[in-house]
Amino acid sequence: MSAENNIPEYSKKDFVSDQEVRWCPGCGDYAILAAIQNVMPQIGKKKEDIVFVSGIGCSSRFPYYMNTFGMHTIHGRAAAISSGVKCANPDLSVWVMTGDGDSLAIGGNHYIHTLRRNLDLNIVLFNNEIYGLTKGQYSPTSQPGAMTKTSPYGSIERPFSAASLSIGAQGTFFARTVYTDLKHMQACFKAAAEHKGTAVVEVLQNCVIFNDGCFQQFVSPAEREDNLIRIEHGKPMIFGKNNEFGIVLDGIRPKVVKIGEDGITEKDLLVHDSKAKESTLAFFLSQMTRPEFPLPIGIFRDVDSAVYDEELIKQMNQVTEQKGVGSMDALLSSGDTWTIEAE
Amino acid sequence: MEPKMDSVVIRFSGDSGDGMQLTGTQFSATSAVMGNDIATFPDYPSEIRAPSGTIAGVSGFQIQFGASEVDTPGDEPDVLVAMNAAALKANLAAVRKGGTLVLNVDAFSEKDLEKAGYDKCPIATQELNQYKVIEASITSQTMEALKDVDIPPKSKARCKNFYALGITYFMFGRDLEPTKKWLRMNFAKKPLVVEANVKALEAGFHFMETLENPVSTYKIAKAKIKPGTYRQINGNQGTAWGLMAAAEKAKLPLFCGSYPITPATDILQELAKFKHFGVKTYQAEDEIAGICSSIGASFAGNLATTTTSGPGLALKSEAIGLAVIMELPLVIVNVQRGGPSTGLPTKTEQSDLMQALWGRNGECPAIVVAASRPNDCFYMAYEAARLSLKHMTPVILLTDGYIANGMEPFRIPKMADMAAVENRLVDADNEDELKKFMPYARDSETLARPWAIPGMKGFEHRVGGLEKKNLTGAVCHDPFNHQEMSILRESKVEKVANFIPEQKLEGEDSGDVLVVSWGGTYGSTHKAVKRMRKAGKKVSLMHLKYINPMPRNVGDIIKRFKTVLVCELNLGQMKNLLNMRYQCGAKGLNKIQGLPFKVAEITAAVDRELENLN
Repeated sequence: MSAENNIPEYSKKDFVSDQEVRWCPGCGDYAILAAIQNVMPQIGKKKEDIVFVSGIGCSSRFPYYMNTFGMHTIHGRAAAISSGVKCANPDLSVWVMTGDGDSLAIGGNHYIHTLRRNLDLNIVLFNNEIYGLTKGQYSPTSQPGAMTKTSPYGSIERPFSAASLSIGAQGTFFARTVYTDLKHMQACFKAAAEHKGTAVVEVLQNCVIFNDGCFQQFVSPAEREDNLIRIEHGKPMIFGKNNEFGIVLDGIRPKVVKIGEDGITEKDLLVHDSKAKESTLAFFLSQMTRPEFPLPIGIFRDVDSAVYDEELIKQMNQVTEQKGVGSMDALLSSGDTWTIEAE
Repeated sequence: MEPKMDSVVIRFSGDSGDGMQLTGTQFSATSAVMGNDIATFPDYPSEIRAPSGTIAGVSGFQIQFGASEVDTPGDEPDVLVAMNAAALKANLAAVRKGGTLVLNVDAFSEKDLEKAGYDKCPIATQELNQYKVIEASITSQTMEALKDVDIPPKSKARCKNFYALGITYFMFGRDLEPTKKWLRMNFAKKPLVVEANVKALEAGFHFMETLENPVSTYKIAKAKIKPGTYRQINGNQGTAWGLMAAAEKAKLPLFCGSYPITPATDILQELAKFKHFGVKTYQAEDEIAGICSSIGASFAGNLATTTTSGPGLALKSEAIGLAVIMELPLVIVNVQRGGPSTGLPTKTEQSDLMQALWGRNGECPAIVVAASRPNDCFYMAYEAARLSLKHMTPVILLTDGYIANGMEPFRIPKMADMAAVENRLVDADNEDELKKFMPYARDSETLARPWAIPGMKGFEHRVGGLEKKNLTGAVCHDPFNHQEMSILRESKVEKVANFIPEQKLEGEDSGDVLVVSWGGTYGSTHKAVKRMRKAGKKVSLMHLKYINPMPRNVGDIIKRFKTVLVCELNLGQMKNLLNMRYQCGAKGLNKIQGLPFKVAEITAAVDRELENLN
């Protein structure tokens, strides 16, 4: 036991359930499961105080594989169900495991309102830009032109950016990571656990069956450094195989520059500030996409704001202090009453 | 000498901004304090402020108060207070011939008449000659009475409802003091508002004293009421308090995740007041999030509820299925209103019975109970919570717009006398319990599973919407397991019949006609059957509050009558259910007008059945 708050010294295997994991061989979900199981011993919570809640989709099988309390619920509703869990017991560490279809299509309303309320929840958004469990239809994050079973001539829909949506919904924490980078993933999960408020971690995850290779440019060692930018709080925005590129602000728009050209030095580059109160910087990072820009990964935004479950308890305590602990007998007899005497 | 009457029905009617609901509430509060039994029925339009002076904007409040038991707000008003021409036009047909009309003649101008759809002024015409008419300049006399009070003219005009209240207080010898006390209590920080309303009330009262042609006043004796301490309660308040009482008895926090919807919103609003009772209210982003947050709270160990009306119940149906298969306690309150779709949001109906029983995918049984009158909402909400916690399954409580908004005296119970509320929480400190813990192991008598919640060390387990393996709760697609689990869930609900009271009968236990009713129609059917039995007719009443499962003796009762007549505010849903379950050839009296039954409608229908038997 760690002396401080009686948290036992857990290892990864304490969080492995007795259920056989049943994702397709090669599925990106295996890596996410391993990352979460690695992080759980580090979040300072007792195992019995951790709850995993999911909706429907491949990713939503997740709770069965975690040896914690868990609920595998209905399509799109995990955020709403988790909100109830958290309100009922704010001491719990509650994790919503969800996908791009689950949270950004059928569960979109719960997703944005959970972010707005800023309950202290962690949402892991598995984004593979496809409906996998129903075998290959386009999702709200599928790219324009995506050929799927319901878009045989190419998708004509505009995709959501999970980052823009989350930041637009006043989310206080948003991070993006890729399933192939275990270390980066774990760092994001840990930061999410430490954040007070709703923390979203979008994991770009490959569906080997229905959308294989959709993130190839961000995962292949040969290409990724030119296509990704790793953003870190307080650090200049640099990317490229040899750290030769950077981002500067041109008016109110970001621009890619080559360090050393036109007199540009590292000092001219934009410095990431994930703690900025206003969401402008995080939002324009969320709008940066290939091919014009590298795709940002890391923590876009991590700010403090009123947390719903804390406010709830605070208000209950305040009212109780003012009015005293309520009793039904007293309430029933309060106000205008009258007595009929026995004759 | 003042004529004595057993009971009187009075209806206040005016624009929806005229304060008729408040006027009616005050009249009923005073009457209750003076020892009368009362029943009330507010009737308001779904628009908050429909165009003033039009029929669409008419809002009403009806009260029956009496010297004996009052079961309904009454069939026909004896007195109609009409604050404008539209109120007269909308209500005249309902008033008893020979009844009294109090008319605010200030609101019968040409423009008022036109808006109400009158070609000419009805006052002093043939149309009103079957009624006693009291012409009162309610608006102008209120302004006159308040000329020295230092408030804006608009605020003065708003006091006219208390002038009208004063008129009725004189007619029925009501004490002015309870209303004055109420004003002083509620507007303690606004002495001018108190002064203005008291003056208006007194002015109305004095106007009647000084009428040149005195009208009759009536004396209503005190009712013989069961001794005890009483308060007023409406159905929605009763539901909220019943849930709170169950939570207190169960020593569990109450969680209510809901989305505002007429006519159920009051329950969420009422619960939101009681943070110091440990009540958590969560105004969700939609109906689905309402029930889903409650399911989450239930998983985490709260007594959880979600409150809604028919369209909301439809949206919640998938999540109810989740609670059924996860076998978690949850109380779903449906305050029924006219349907389908948006239907008649502010009007009453009983047309969600089939939806409550079967409106879900799969074999998805839920316990269904219904409250019979405003104060019974307290007891049935308590009962719904008790059954849900004991049997680890969702309970749907059906009330309706009529009893939700209707107000009546409520004999205050003592918490010590309320039934015990057991739950299935495991003892987390008991090692034996941990050793034998399986999420879907069952109690032998109820088949309810144990309730282990986050925070209980060693009890970590997973539940979900996929079929569960019996005992372990692991995901299981085995065909025989699915059949076994489906039957277990069904049996668990059927076994509830062993834990509810036997069905009571009002009247002889056999006879010609068995009147069957359920839910909020009790006042009307009870009164009708009582009246017919007094007249020597062989009629009894079976009023159902437990609908799924039904009490075990319902089938026996039905067999002992020649005719079964099911009276309900829909097109025959309970009738079909009884015919399906008991093959009893039940007939129906079905009304679907957004309005409650009149007693006379029921007695007429029973008389027709009696004639058929001869």
